[in-house]
Amino acid sequence: MLFQDIVFWLLSLVAIGAALGVVLVRDLFRAALLLVVVFVAVAGLFVMLSAEFLAVVQVLIYAGAISVLIIFAVMLTRDVQQGNLPNRLQFPAVLFASLLLAAVTMAAVDTQWEFLPESQQGRAELVQTGAVATLTGETLAESGVTAPEEQAELQEAGLADLLIGDFVLPFEAVSVLLLAALIGALVLVRPRTGPDTGSSSGPSTGSSPGDG
Amino acid sequence: MSFEAFLIVSAILFCIGLYGSLARSNFLAVLMSIELMFNAVNVTLVAMAKYLAPAGLQDDLSVVLTGQVFAVFIITVAAAEIALGLGIVFAMYRTNESVDLADATQLRN
Repeated sequence: MLFQDIVFWLLSLVAIGAALGVVLVRDLFRAALLLVVVFVAVAGLFVMLSAEFLAVVQVLIYAGAISVLIIFAVMLTRDVQQGNLPNRLQFPAVLFASLLLAAVTMAAVDTQWEFLPESQQGRAELVQTGAVATLTGETLAESGVTAPEEQAELQEAGLADLLIGDFVLPFEAVSVLLLAALIGALVLVRPRTGPDTGSSSGPSTGSSPGDG
Repeated sequence: MSFEAFLIVSAILFCIGLYGSLARSNFLAVLMSIELMFNAVNVTLVAMAKYLAPAGLQDDLSVVLTGQVFAVFIITVAAAEIALGLGIVFAMYRTNESVDLADATQLRN
């Protein structure tokens, strides 16, 4: 338990320090690199919360894809060196953010959370790790689950089951959203050359996402 | 490493992101701050999935994964948002020669 505590505080300190760096460092390129550090630290926190699948997804999508996109954008736009300037809202933003932090912290400490009962914790952790590792009969027996029907229930529960089962409508909606966003991004970055040049190209690019 | 510790760490991350998205003038810095806020929310959701007792736990054990499902959706939406946001950054840079939010005044009035 002590080891887990040390790892948790280490990851939290790294995440918070790098996040402060992201918003305070002047050089945008360094800010983007610090953002990768935050993503990896958060992936570590996911592992501590027995969400291994999400940790892998976090590293693949955030630390792999999104950070590369952001770094590309930083390098393709010119004002990198003096880019991360604060605007006039500096003081109200600090005030608002710290007030919100105080409120959320008080709410988190004061609320009477309804924790998972002790008896269910082991099985819940098996289900959550089972999202990546296939639960065989032997591993379940090692964890103290021996009844066949109970084993079957644990083996059936999984992230994919929920995604394609109970949450199939949001799942499909999100995939449509992703497609629409990607088409929109393509339309936005399309070079403005073609049959219609000049002032008429502005409205036509704006309306093409609706056509697709 | 209690449940509250996870909540407080993610609250700190969220507020750092909130400060960044309010107080920075560069579009890319604002996008990065928004990604910080997404990550903080994800940590909260996964921590709740691990520590709290969901409704309907007795009927079906797989409800303990609901928080992780939500986190998957948030990651997908964040990917869509960043793709679109960077498209807007490039379009803005092409028309304005700048990614400063104070220069984005085309839609004013």
